[in-house]
Amino acid sequence: MFEVIAFYTFSILTIIMFGITVFSQNALYAMSALAGGMIFISGFFFLLGAEFLGVVQIIVYSGAIMAVYAFGMMFFDTTRDVKENIHSKKILYTLSVASAVLIVVILSAPIFSSQIEALYPLNIDGASNTQVIGLVLYTKYLVPFQLTGVMLLVAMISGILLVSKRMDLNLTQEDNSEEKREIV
Amino acid sequence: MITLTHYLVLSGILFSIGLIGVIRRKNILMLFFATEIMLNSVNIGFVAVALYYGDIAGQVFALFIIAVAASEVAVGLGLLVLYYKRTGSINLDTLQTMKG
Repeated sequence: MFEVIAFYTFSILTIIMFGITVFSQNALYAMSALAGGMIFISGFFFLLGAEFLGVVQIIVYSGAIMAVYAFGMMFFDTTRDVKENIHSKKILYTLSVASAVLIVVILSAPIFSSQIEALYPLNIDGASNTQVIGLVLYTKYLVPFQLTGVMLLVAMISGILLVSKRMDLNLTQEDNSEEKREIV
Repeated sequence: MITLTHYLVLSGILFSIGLIGVIRRKNILMLFFATEIMLNSVNIGFVAVALYYGDIAGQVFALFIIAVAASEVAVGLGLLVLYYKRTGSINLDTLQTMKG
């Protein structure tokens, strides 16, 4: 009973929040609504018994990604409304909904047609959700996990290089007579 | 009773909202927001399938998707800030004309 109430409450709230994000003209409203929607999505993860992912969702999305967006917003003019000229709305909505439904059908058809067996079972006796994720992540998915770490490192370095000033120059070969004078 | 179909329908609705945003928006920052919505809807689908088929791999792949989203934001926003400093606009219509 409570599961049903929680599911419908969270789904209505999430759809409203993401609707505001997509249709709002103000960048700040869109960002705040997106952050709210991320929090509500973590509610689904708790509902589905994936506590670890729920916590990671709150920390990474609402903490890190929203902070990066808020930082990026300082560079842009966000007080003014976003002006967009849009043609042929009917084609746009039809195409989006049709292709989304098509993708869902393509992905769920093999699940419904053949009985898929669980490769790595969800419930190992006496282990919590976090322990099971750790067991599978560090044995079967060790190489993808390491590659994810390398990818995050590359993303961090590229983020620092792109945004900060004069980091694309080689600092050691530069003529740093002014700096020497400052030091002396 | 909430079944797998409920979650898949919700995932489809959220995915179409994100897809409408990706096609409709002309501002690149708003386009990033819509991309995040699409990634999140796929995450809901993965975790629901993981529960109803008793397979932990769905949750592991949802974790990978979160990592991909984080690095996408870092690189994309860095490029966007650089582009805005150079041209003073983040409109897609000005981006599509390449001046040689």
